[in-house]
Amino acid sequence: MANETEEQDLKDHKEPDQSRRNFLKNTGYAVGGLVVGGVVGSLLRSPNKSTTNNNTGNTTENKAPAGEAVNFNQALMYFTQEQFLITEAATERLFPADDNGPGAKELGVAYFIDHQLAGEWGLNGREYMQGPFFKGETTQGYQGRLKRREIFDIGLQEMQNYSNKKFQKKFKDLTPEEQDTVLKAFETDEVKLTTISASGFFKTLFGSTMEGAYADPLYGGNGNMGGWKLKNFPGNQMSYTKIIEQDKFEKITPVSLREHLPHS
Amino acid sequence: MATKLPKTDVVVVGVGWGGGIIAAELTKAGMNVVGLERGKERKTEDYYMVHDELRYALRYEMFQDLSKETITFRGNEKIRSLPMRSYGSFLLGDGLGGAGVHWNGMTFRFLPYDFQIKTQTIERYGKKKIPDGMTIQDWGITYDELEPYFLKFEKMAGIGGEENPLGGKRSEKYPTPPMQVSPVMKLFSDACKGLKYHPYIMPSANLSEQYTNPDGVARAACQYCGFCERFGCEYGAKADPVVTVLPVAKNTGKFELRTHSNVRRILHKGGKATGVLYIDTTTGEEYEQPADIVVMTSYVFNNTRLLLLSNMGKPYDSKSGTGVIGRNYAYQVEAAAGVGFFEEKEFNLFSGAGAMAMTMDDFNGDNFDHKDLNFIHGGSISYSQGGNRPIQNNTVPPGTPGWGKDFKAASIKYANRNVSVWAEGSCMPYRHHFLDLDPAYKDEFGDPLIRITFDFEERDREMVKFLGAKCGQILKEMGADKVVAYTEQGPYEITHYQSTHNTGGVIMGDSPDTSAVNNYLQMWDFDNCFVVGASAFAHNGGYNPTGTVGALSYRAAEGIIKYHKKPGSLA
Ligand SMILES: Cc1cc2nc3c(=O)[nH]c(=O)nc-3n(C[C@H](O)[C@H](O)[C@H](O)COP(=O)(O)OP(=O)(O)OC[C@H]3O[C@@H](n4cnc5c(N)ncnc54)[C@H](O)[C@@H]3O)c2cc1C
Ligand code: SF4
Repeated sequence: MANETEEQDLKDHKEPDQSRRNFLKNTGYAVGGLVVGGVVGSLLRSPNKSTTNNNTGNTTENKAPAGEAVNFNQALMYFTQEQFLITEAATERLFPADDNGPGAKELGVAYFIDHQLAGEWGLNGREYMQGPFFKGETTQGYQGRLKRREIFDIGLQEMQNYSNKKFQKKFKDLTPEEQDTVLKAFETDEVKLTTISASGFFKTLFGSTMEGAYADPLYGGNGNMGGWKLKNFPGNQMSYTKIIEQDKFEKITPVSLREHLPHS
Repeated sequence: MATKLPKTDVVVVGVGWGGGIIAAELTKAGMNVVGLERGKERKTEDYYMVHDELRYALRYEMFQDLSKETITFRGNEKIRSLPMRSYGSFLLGDGLGGAGVHWNGMTFRFLPYDFQIKTQTIERYGKKKIPDGMTIQDWGITYDELEPYFLKFEKMAGIGGEENPLGGKRSEKYPTPPMQVSPVMKLFSDACKGLKYHPYIMPSANLSEQYTNPDGVARAACQYCGFCERFGCEYGAKADPVVTVLPVAKNTGKFELRTHSNVRRILHKGGKATGVLYIDTTTGEEYEQPADIVVMTSYVFNNTRLLLLSNMGKPYDSKSGTGVIGRNYAYQVEAAAGVGFFEEKEFNLFSGAGAMAMTMDDFNGDNFDHKDLNFIHGGSISYSQGGNRPIQNNTVPPGTPGWGKDFKAASIKYANRNVSVWAEGSCMPYRHHFLDLDPAYKDEFGDPLIRITFDFEERDREMVKFLGAKCGQILKEMGADKVVAYTEQGPYEITHYQSTHNTGGVIMGDSPDTSAVNNYLQMWDFDNCFVVGASAFAHNGGYNPTGTVGALSYRAAEGIIKYHKKPGSLA
């Protein structure tokens, strides 16, 4: 979906004035086909549906195309929309859609990262964050005082800055090749940052992309268990005694943890 | 002021494998035992949603909360020690059952050579074979003396395996049959046999069949569910203290378990331990638990730390090489390994169990000639099929980019086509590797953290070169199309997982000058205080430690019962 005006819309839009419903109406999403602009409009698409702009008027908010349940999980707990869009574009380059199947964007990886940052992981809740802080040897591991949330805030902003400086465009508007150039510059510390390590941020971004692609879908990524299907990973199975000695590769339909609770 | 509680016969500090075994044995013998565990209670029903790789394996659900307490680390004494702020190198147990809940269950007996390493090395190669600064010493006990206790642990846990053709003598077979053999295990076994090595099915604590142990505890068979290491077992099939020894202790009516109880000091007077001081972490209240006997089973780090904090035993001093508490800290050398990629074959690698593996000892201990080698000891070499979970297993052939389209394609293609063979390398102690209290960093109560001073040595680099090449050779013989052998040992890094096989600090031996405890794990200086765990290892062998920890725990239990009847030194 081409959407050059997203950032502009974001700036012009005065959030609190409008209810979500009005906003949807005004952007034309609900009536379909007219505008399909605006950040929120673009975020509302279902992860498994590549287009949303051919709705014909009978689609209303929160009503998904036939047979597809609305995924209420696809909203933001921590990121701003801008941060979300950078993350979505970046993770899609790290793990792109291809002939094998869905990439990070379709799997919902950016939602996953957002949700993780909102909680304990984003706050380094179970990590030792007491001072004094000193720069250590690399063998001694991370010694900064910043928490993951703050590192993402800085890292994503620096990606935006670097894109603007090098290509005079926002990260999400770069061509895939240009986006890769930016990511590589972070990966190799070619970008020199004073507050955080560019390569450290890149590593966390990549690690959480893998997590978002392959964690149980209960966390908001791995949409429709699409990540598991890529690898023929059967997810949460109770027993493999029948195949453990078997020579032939066994393709098993994956099952997620949701199956462990009764759902009416 | 701490509230003083009624006295008990025995107080146990930390309720994992060590604490659980001690509690069961002593209560069966009629003693009253209070178990203090700082984590929460655990039970099999907790694992209803356990097949969650993110939560358990990557967010460390079951491990010690590092925001409250961690360790500090430096590679040598010239560097400033800094805290391990997030998990990496090892994962600390927490809660009832300790690390015994989320272990794999690979259950070995250290080799006869291990217990007499110094004597046997000198006998065969002469004194010069031991380099300057390497502080290996005999353990003050022989394999034969420890054999009955190994057997006791194996029967309690229901260990199944094949007899190790190159191991110490067994008085009886394993109590259960070995686990099933997957096609890759068979490839490994055939390859080793082709190379004239001696493979055998690894002894496992994941039950191969339903089993009732000598205490009458019945457990179900392993389902090869593939969520084992770092996870609790939803079937109770993996031997862990919660499903084996703790119910036995509880049934005697003589075991009082207190969870959320963090021990801060061992109390003592006139060369005798008098009890412990602990905090109820739910209320913040302090308690004193007096006891006739104090048993420390709080893992390597807190066994050492609590002794240092309590001024018990002579702290180790690396300058003079004297003192004992903190001495001979060692680890596991894990860098030697190989990965093989198979183009034609796809294996069911998502299935498996923590200790479902094939292993061999041809290059472990002194089972091979070291005359022309620049190292002593060695390691076991294994293939294990624990279940390749998708977040943590993205092994791609060398030359593949680290991310993007090609990475994605390769990580998918090889998800069920990559096989690792690895060595569990032994680790020798050195004069300059030790544990002491950190001068700067504190835990949640303001007590100093334990500090590790450790790095890999020339000996480790030589051994890794040697063992890594063997791993590669086996993979080639297994028919892998591409083989990468890892033969380089870098510096010790706290940042990536290697193993939770930390050893030493309160080592056993036959002299109070060079050891903290005797061969009943009784302190030389405080005869009513026993310090149990891998803290007693004088070096680390070429295996996972817990089989030997279990044997030593049974040995200590016997010693405590003896002491209870007739106090005094057992040595
Ligand atoms: C992921 C993983 C896999 C492993 N796999 C294997 C394997 O396959 N084979 C093998 O042989 N070994 C394995 N191990 C190692 C094995 O788990 C340990 O050797 C074993 O559990 C040690 O038992 P322990 O009783 O000495 O200590 P722990 O099990 O660590 O128990 C110590 C207990 O003491 C408590 N404690 C600590 N300090 C205090 C305090 N101040 N006050 C009160 N309580 C305290 C802790 O909360 C903990 O519950 C593995 C470990 C891990 C983490
Ligand atoms: S692999 Fe076996 S022992 Fe391990 S958790 Fe699964 S069922 Fe339990």
